Amino acid sequence: MSLVTLTIDGRQVQVPPGTTILAAARQAGVKIPTLCYLEELNVIGACRLCLVQVEGARALVAACVTQVGEGMVVHTNSPAVRQARRLNLELLMSNHPQECLTCVRNTSCELQQLAAELGVGEIRLQGEMSPYEVDDSSPSIIRDPRKCVLCRRCVAVCEKVQGVSAIAVQERGFDTVVAPAFLAPLGEVNCVNCGQCSLVCPTAAIHERDETDKVWAALADPEKHVVVQTAPAVRVSIGEMFGLEPGSIVTGKLVAALRRLGFDKVFDTDFTADLTIMEEGSELIHRLQNGGRLPLITSCSPGWIKFIEHFYPNLLPNLSTCKSPQQMFGTLAKTYYAQKEGIDPVRIFVVSIMPCTAKKYEAGRPEMTSSGYRDVDVVLTTRELGRMLKQAGIDFESLPEEDYDAPLGISTGAGVIFGATGGVMEAALRTAYELVTGATLLSLDFEEVRGLEGVKEASVNLAGTELKVAVAHGLGNARKVLDAVVNKEREYHFIEIMCCPGGCIGGGGQPVPVDNEIRAKRIAAIYQVDRQMPLRKSHENPAVQALYREFLGEPLSHKSHELLHTHYTPRERF
Amino acid sequence: MSFGCKCGGELNSKLDALLDRYRGQPSALIQVLHQAQELYGYLPRKVLQRVAGALNVPLSQVYGVVSFYSFFTIHPKGKHQISVCKGTACYVRGAGQLLDRIKEELGLKPGETTEDGQFSLEVVRCLGACGLGPVITVDEDVHARVQPERMSDILAAYRQ
Ligand code: SF4
Ligand code: SF4
Ligand code: SF4
Ligand code: FES
Ligand code: FES
Repeated sequence: MSLVTLTIDGRQVQVPPGTTILAAARQAGVKIPTLCYLEELNVIGACRLCLVQVEGARALVAACVTQVGEGMVVHTNSPAVRQARRLNLELLMSNHPQECLTCVRNTSCELQQLAAELGVGEIRLQGEMSPYEVDDSSPSIIRDPRKCVLCRRCVAVCEKVQGVSAIAVQERGFDTVVAPAFLAPLGEVNCVNCGQCSLVCPTAAIHERDETDKVWAALADPEKHVVVQTAPAVRVSIGEMFGLEPGSIVTGKLVAALRRLGFDKVFDTDFTADLTIMEEGSELIHRLQNGGRLPLITSCSPGWIKFIEHFYPNLLPNLSTCKSPQQMFGTLAKTYYAQKEGIDPVRIFVVSIMPCTAKKYEAGRPEMTSSGYRDVDVVLTTRELGRMLKQAGIDFESLPEEDYDAPLGISTGAGVIFGATGGVMEAALRTAYELVTGATLLSLDFEEVRGLEGVKEASVNLAGTELKVAVAHGLGNARKVLDAVVNKEREYHFIEIMCCPGGCIGGGGQPVPVDNEIRAKRIAAIYQVDRQMPLRKSHENPAVQALYREFLGEPLSHKSHELLHTHYTPRERF
Repeated sequence: MSFGCKCGGELNSKLDALLDRYRGQPSALIQVLHQAQELYGYLPRKVLQRVAGALNVPLSQVYGVVSFYSFFTIHPKGKHQISVCKGTACYVRGAGQLLDRIKEELGLKPGETTEDGQFSLEVVRCLGACGLGPVITVDEDVHARVQPERMSDILAAYRQ
């Protein structure tokens, strides 16, 4: 393919035809500001902050939507360009509340950043404020239309990545707003609480519900025994909140930080991830051997659960009845652990640190009380924990490495890979293979189910039967797999579905920004943690073995069913 | 619009036929909404849900279209239709304050209908009576040079 040659700010650049000016400039190391642009997902030329001057063109053009041409001469930094961009930004800011100092996105806000970069010195324009109020109806996501710049990035993600379209652009003119149909509260519609919108929102117009106050209060309450669990994905991402490289493994520092905050015990969701494998692996084997409903589909991702309840209620019998690792943990903390340590469960306060906004919703589901109490009291996202640590003045980088507490902090490599797409599948295969064949696996790495490919398939020989499996992440990909199953185009025995692109490491509660490069780094870190674990198969976890011996009996026992399994609720599509 | 029986059954079977014709065709959305509004006089929530389901368009997007175009309405029409002109001439003569007054008197926004079903309100562009602004029409009647204070009397005359 012959390349197009153009000049950007006096430098010659060669790019394939069809490239946008924005991409060409990036290749040449020239930074053009953008706001509404989101690679491949939202290329609509709406905000006009990426204006550039093209010699011979009548007006300035938006670099994100304009393709290069042979011999084009582009100026990205002329006085006219700077002035036009600044004016467009000032217009966006003219009806924006000046609340940066108290805003959850303070220091991580793109609008704020642009105001600094484009040198907006004063607010010259004062417009009428948005007529819409904050929507705090959802347990996971807060919408604040006053801070919305109508870039539509959230709408694009909700539609194109998640296939949910809970929100869209409503009304017009000054009344334009991003909201559900009928401007209904988000908590009352088919939003699955995944928070992917909050990851791409450049401002605080869509953000996680902040529940740090409840945790501060519990930590300060001497009556409460406050235990914390950390999801697999948090240990490879929270470093980013403190300026570390994406993919930095900070497990030990995370544990130390939580102790500094005052948690009585620091436990690990990886423990109940291992337990999930025992229960779900047994469920799979049971369904295979007894003609049960197949394919079995994983159930650890609460955004996915709400999605299937709304959009594929007929497939609910295919879902594993296992609770998610977070919920298994909450239940066991208030039963097994309470008994073992002789603590009245009323006093136990369970906090989860999750990469996920939907976990907040999950913890509040009415059926999640099998301990006799609310199993998980508060769920904090990675971002919220990052903010708490900053408020506490903890210097994260200089912390020592510490270990999780026993017994609910003991885990294997199979537990940690739950954090990446394909991980639950791989962990289940490691255990199912050994349980069914009685042989030792030679290679533990199931490469086919790893990586960022949207849908992955594999086939594993389990003592003579070919086990066909599929893995999907991002609900748009989940739709593809489910439609193929419903239309009988594909047959599988076992399917892993994770709501968020990349799996939990790309969860809606993770540090911003997130793109595929960052996802890949976090995933690589997850598998590195796995490789470094002395044990890498869930059934070898000694703490899980003890739990069965002392308390549960065996996988799928009556007690397991009572405490670790759940049921689902069909919901309306809209 | 056809006359005769307007019972739910007949309307619904017409809607069924309409939806069957365009099933699975997202691009027919605006056309279908038009025809559905012809059937019902407005676009009830249930109808929008069914349109979304049949055409395979998310409800949020269906509502986006309905709320963008002023000729669609999700409110049944009231017995009396009030149109307030917000054309330039009327605007400079105080159509804004007049509209505020009407909204206040009736407790509704343009595009809505009062709870008792008496009045619907809409905003229109120039009614061709610019010299007489601000102008409103109630059903077929034109009211010229309306001062906001006169609104209660005007409305009272229609209310029954
Ligand atoms: S969203 Fe950004 S610009 Fe707006 S108040 Fe918050 S930090 Fe400031
Ligand atoms: S949380 Fe997920 S489903 Fe809900 S609006 Fe945001 S992207 Fe859509
Ligand atoms: S809510 Fe955020 S992402 Fe969505 S349109 Fe508004 S500013 Fe953009
Ligand atoms: S980034 Fe190009 S128009 Fe918004
Ligand atoms: S502007 Fe109101 S009638 Fe012309």
